[in-house]
Amino acid sequence: MDRTQLLIGVAVTLFSLGLVGVIVRRHVLVMLMCMELMLNGVNLSLVTFAQQTSTTVGAVLVFLIFVVATVEIALAIPIVLLLVRTKRTLDLGAYSELKG
Amino acid sequence: MLTAIVLLPLLGFVLNGVLATRLGGNRFGPRFVSAAGCGLPIASFLLVVKAVLELRAGGWAPLVETVYRWALIGDNSFEIAFYFDRLSAVMALVVTGVGSVIHVYSIGYMKDDEGYGRFFAYLNLFLFFMLLLVLGRSLLVLFVGWEGVGLASYLLIGFWFHDLANARAGKKAFVTNRIGDAGFLLGMFVLFQAFGTLDMDRIGAAFAGPALPAVSASLVGVLLFIGATGKSAQIPLHVWLPDAMAGPTPVSALIHAATMVTAGVYLVARMSAVYLHAPEASALIAVVGVATAFFAATIAVVQTDIKKVLAYSTISQLGFMFLALGVGAYGVAIFHLVTHAFFKACLFLGAGSVIHALGGEQDVRRMGGLARRIPLTFWSFAIATAAIAGIPPLAGFFSKDGILWYAFASTRGGSPLLWLVAAATALMTAFYMFRLLWLTFFGRSRMTPEVEHHVHESPSSMTGVLLLLAALSALGGFIAVPHFLEAQLPLPPVDEHLHAYETPLLAVSVALALAGLAAAAWLFGGPAERAERLRARFAGPHRWLSSKYFVDELYERCLDKPLVWISDRIFLRFGDRTLIDGTLHALAAIARGSAAVFGRLQTGSLHLYAWFVLLGIVGALLWSWRHV
Repeated sequence: MDRTQLLIGVAVTLFSLGLVGVIVRRHVLVMLMCMELMLNGVNLSLVTFAQQTSTTVGAVLVFLIFVVATVEIALAIPIVLLLVRTKRTLDLGAYSELKG
Repeated sequence: MLTAIVLLPLLGFVLNGVLATRLGGNRFGPRFVSAAGCGLPIASFLLVVKAVLELRAGGWAPLVETVYRWALIGDNSFEIAFYFDRLSAVMALVVTGVGSVIHVYSIGYMKDDEGYGRFFAYLNLFLFFMLLLVLGRSLLVLFVGWEGVGLASYLLIGFWFHDLANARAGKKAFVTNRIGDAGFLLGMFVLFQAFGTLDMDRIGAAFAGPALPAVSASLVGVLLFIGATGKSAQIPLHVWLPDAMAGPTPVSALIHAATMVTAGVYLVARMSAVYLHAPEASALIAVVGVATAFFAATIAVVQTDIKKVLAYSTISQLGFMFLALGVGAYGVAIFHLVTHAFFKACLFLGAGSVIHALGGEQDVRRMGGLARRIPLTFWSFAIATAAIAGIPPLAGFFSKDGILWYAFASTRGGSPLLWLVAAATALMTAFYMFRLLWLTFFGRSRMTPEVEHHVHESPSSMTGVLLLLAALSALGGFIAVPHFLEAQLPLPPVDEHLHAYETPLLAVSVALALAGLAAAAWLFGGPAERAERLRARFAGPHRWLSSKYFVDELYERCLDKPLVWISDRIFLRFGDRTLIDGTLHALAAIARGSAAVFGRLQTGSLHLYAWFVLLGIVGALLWSWRHV
């Protein structure tokens, strides 16, 4: 198995783990971490393909994703904190009344 | 100068309408209203006299005055221009002359009405539009005046609009006139398409020229006549005029007897060049005219409301005028128009004076014996009655005899049959008018004591006008209108063989008038049982006549009901409620239903949303894999 295939395999595994985690787990923080995992899987595949085709576009996109992911977490963590403060739990089921 | 004639009454309308009504806060009182409302029409009359003198000085060449170019469409220019020839002169003299004296009469008649300023404003507005109609050079200006007098008529019929019946009568007049106007408009379109102009003198010249224009004169004639039937209350559009009596009596005298209703006669006379080439249309006019005259006269015989009798009499006399037009005697029709304006205005104003004296009573069954109580009104009414009945040498005798003679002998459609029906109508005219005179002024009083106590002669502003009009009714026959108009509206040639009949027919028409007088005197002068017995014997015909041949009911059955049905079922229930509302309601229901379905999806469970996203991604991937 050559290195590209290995790296793509790792990326797919990371993405799938993250996806399964988001869908299956009820713990909010774990879900957030799984989302980060998915983003990192995507990042890895972008970098791999950029290396293989020796272009820089994919690598640039990675930095964009970093920024977006940081911003997203910076927003998500305070929201989760506020939720935990009112609900006293990290379980997702308790938040379903937020649908309005 | 012609412009000033037309605009003076408009000035009166603006002054009275703005300053003396609630619109301007009743700034000026009745004195200002009387001065402006009567002074301006009289000034207008004096200007007409001056214009006539000028016309004579210019050798009767028509005066033309272009005021304003209204529109320029392509090569066709539409101008507001006034045209003054012999025919316009006669009409303008009648309109402003009779109009002015009726204005003066209204000072006394409407004295205590709270809408005094409004009344004079409307009357002046009417006069403005009527002068526009009479003096307009093009059919378009005439049409503006034509619609305008309809508007003024509507406003004045419903003058006391607090009573719903009056408002409804105004509406009926307006709507009925619209039907006629449709014909008039179509006629105008046909003429414009053929000539590219609506100036009536040019159209007349084109028809009088050597080459006949490429347009069916009969079609134009019939279409314009449909317009005339509406305005002049001929069968089948006569139904509005009796109801129009809901307005104040001076209005009935001015608009619904002397001037506006004769607009149709004026129109046909003005377009006589067309009718000379349209024997079919002329025959139609003669038949409709004589039929209207006859049927209206039969109805007038049994009416008991003093104003209704006069209204049917007006319809009948208008029928006479159209008969004259139909047989080509245009000048004679205008002659009858003039004399009719005198005596019918006098009759209506006399009736107004009677109503005024009796405190609003209009039913002749509750009158009687008024001759000695209100002598001036009685004498003027009697003279006008004799004039309309055709007793020589009063005005109506000359004009009506002229019509009867040409109906008999004209080579343009005259026939003994027309004469026979017209003569029968003349007999009935004399009968019902003298019946009215007898029931109102002679015999024993049938008033309630309270009404009788209050009977009083009208103020001098009213009786003076009555006497003036009575004098005109007596002497108006000596104005040789047909002779004056002959240069413009030549009389039709008369069948040579029939000249021998002229004197016998004259004698017959005098005899008919006297017979009508005698019959009325015998029937209503004697004991009251005579008329009662006669009515009992002819109960069936009497019912038909007193309900006006059920024409109103027929129209309601045949026109109103289906129209209401179509409006209700098809337009309202099907079109509006089912189709338009239904479409919108269905769209709203679809939106609401689908919203309910999709609303279910929003459970608040983040996992479910994640599944949806996942399914979406998978679906999108599958689709792109298949298709790309």
